[in-house]
Amino acid sequence: MSEISKDLHTEHMVINMGPSHPVTHGTVKFLATLEGETIIDLDVEIGYLHRGFEKMCENSTWQQVIPYTDRLNYVSPLINNTGYALAVEKLLGIDVPERCKYLRVIACELSRLSDHLTNVAAAGLELGAFTAFLYFVEARELVWDLIEALCGARVTVNYIRIGGLKNDLPERFEEKVKYTFKEVRRLWKDVDKLLTKNRIFIDRVRGVGAISAEEAIAYGFTGPCLRACGVPYDVRKAQPYLVYDRMDFEVPIGETGDNYDKYLVRMEEIQQSMRIVEQALAQMPDGPINVRMPQVRMEPKEKIYSRIDSLIYHFKTVIEGIKPPPGEVYLAVEGGNGELGFYLVSDGSGKPYKCRVRPPCFALTAAMPRLVKGRLLADIVPTFDMINMIGGECDR
Amino acid sequence: MLADLIESLAKIVFIFTVNVGVFAPILGWVERKQSAVMQDRIGANRADILGFTAIGLFHSLADAVKLLTKEDFVPANANKFFHTLAPFIALVPAISAFAIIPFGGRYELFGREINLVIADLDVGILYVFALAGLATYGTVLAGWSSRSNWSLLGGLRASAQMLSYEVAMGLSIIGIIIVYGSLRLTDIGAAQENFFRWGIFLQPVGFIIYMTCAIAENKRIPFDIPEAESELVAGYFTEYSGMKFVMFWMAEFLEMVTISAIVTTLFFGAWHIPFVTDAMLLSWFSGFAGPNGAAALAMAVNIAVFFAKVSFFIWLQMTIRWTLPRFRYDQVMRMCWKMLLPLSLINLSITGLVVLLL
Repeated sequence: MSEISKDLHTEHMVINMGPSHPVTHGTVKFLATLEGETIIDLDVEIGYLHRGFEKMCENSTWQQVIPYTDRLNYVSPLINNTGYALAVEKLLGIDVPERCKYLRVIACELSRLSDHLTNVAAAGLELGAFTAFLYFVEARELVWDLIEALCGARVTVNYIRIGGLKNDLPERFEEKVKYTFKEVRRLWKDVDKLLTKNRIFIDRVRGVGAISAEEAIAYGFTGPCLRACGVPYDVRKAQPYLVYDRMDFEVPIGETGDNYDKYLVRMEEIQQSMRIVEQALAQMPDGPINVRMPQVRMEPKEKIYSRIDSLIYHFKTVIEGIKPPPGEVYLAVEGGNGELGFYLVSDGSGKPYKCRVRPPCFALTAAMPRLVKGRLLADIVPTFDMINMIGGECDR
Repeated sequence: MLADLIESLAKIVFIFTVNVGVFAPILGWVERKQSAVMQDRIGANRADILGFTAIGLFHSLADAVKLLTKEDFVPANANKFFHTLAPFIALVPAISAFAIIPFGGRYELFGREINLVIADLDVGILYVFALAGLATYGTVLAGWSSRSNWSLLGGLRASAQMLSYEVAMGLSIIGIIIVYGSLRLTDIGAAQENFFRWGIFLQPVGFIIYMTCAIAENKRIPFDIPEAESELVAGYFTEYSGMKFVMFWMAEFLEMVTISAIVTTLFFGAWHIPFVTDAMLLSWFSGFAGPNGAAALAMAVNIAVFFAKVSFFIWLQMTIRWTLPRFRYDQVMRMCWKMLLPLSLINLSITGLVVLLL
């Protein structure tokens, strides 16, 4: 017996998955050591999408950072906008008008919708269910139409301003929302039929990528991946910002933290996000959308062209930037993937002294080896997809 | 002698035209259009000749031109001989399997008996299995000779999967052979003249097992783990380009036609129309077309019916392809050895027992 095992000498296969590989979207590289098809070691290499976000921010005014935040999690840019703007407002110690808060909630939830739709769609695509992918991409397209109506762009939105918004709701927005949500719910049902009770899909995702709640917390999981483990932590409920405390919505949780639970949590959050948008639209008061502080938020162009004080403020905020008092602040919002935190330091000048982002998917990506070690090569696919690593956010 | 030769040649040309000339390119188009319909898309409609798009039909032509003029890339470390040989080994069985499939019955035409099958082999269905076994080599060689990790993994998966499913596939057919008492496909086809003697009624379990195994053998979703594009890039044909790639692609489509043809022949009454016997068909037509004309018309009708059924099963396979996600490697193997194989054995024993007792 011992001689036979000596003769049957096998070598491990070291295989490079990515950075250019169908499953490593978001640009990441896995260095997998395989024994047959079993993964015995996995090394995650990130940084392929590093653009020096934090350094760029230090060289721009506070307001100029907002377009950069679009490119963090480019699937849900409005949440990044909001998170950053809220953090700067906290630093400034100002509060935005009621209507602005509601509009930001709507923007955030539309973004979350598009994030979860994309994620579930990609999960389908990578497991070979191309039809489910296109159904949800169609739904996302409709949501993007809404976002386009709201702020004029589909992906790089640049909608939220410090102390307000770029513009108010467009005309007949409620009707568009009503139509879009009807379609999204229809497509949701289709995908639900195609995947949720599909034996092949369940076999591929159930029990794969499972992690206990303690371990998930130790890794720093947040968002849908943590909630799939059964921890009902949602920044919107735990530390309500904007007007989330007035919204009636549920935080879906899973049990085992495997890929199936992550999928179910995301599917349910799609429904909850739509509920929130509908409530926000119904409750939204009339009123201004910007703070009336010309040293923070630009005044309307007519005023700038006609009044000298407005013109001076305009000049000062554009050239020097708004000047928050020296200090530091950390503020987290619930991003598409979890807690999206902004840690800002101001030295009293017009530019951030430090702008650090806590990306939710960095912690999730770090757990990849733990989630797939000892499993088959094919299990990387659903596990990595459900982690939903977004290169722009993880690498910054 | 000469007449025999001409008859055989005519049949070969017919089948070859239908398969390679019509089915393979049309299927590429159908696959695109059907998936588009299922997914709320428009599908291929851009290729045009002088402004005419012909609902996207020119795409097959454009593909052919594009792929013929593409660089034929062989990786630096690949075994050039086997790398070139593999697509041929994959394609040839797919084309030649059709030789034994009857696409019509026997007809008296101008004093000649015409049997609408290229080669009426007495080993019949076994020949198909032999060819399916050969096709495995094409895939495995492609995976091995490319000298790429992805290809190698794809080739390994393919060899395990295709060999395993061949066992269950073979066993699932034996029930049919017992019931009809012949290996010859023309006999099996002729035996299904009575609608209630169709294979699907006599061997329903056999049909399901055969269909599953055949799709697995053809490596299409949900069993496309040897190519699994999200895991293995493109699996065993990752390193293929141009015409060699098309040969794998065509082999897949042709195999789909072959599977449909075999399913039609074995389980769905071959060229027969339900409740219409060959004699009835002949007597209807001979009323106005004379004996020769009646035979020719009956022949045309039977061929049309046969290919209509084949098209239906092609459609079915495509619908499955665009509906289901992909299995995992170990699940595919478990399904074969722990579910399909015992099931086909049970099916076989019960069939044997029933035939023995009756």
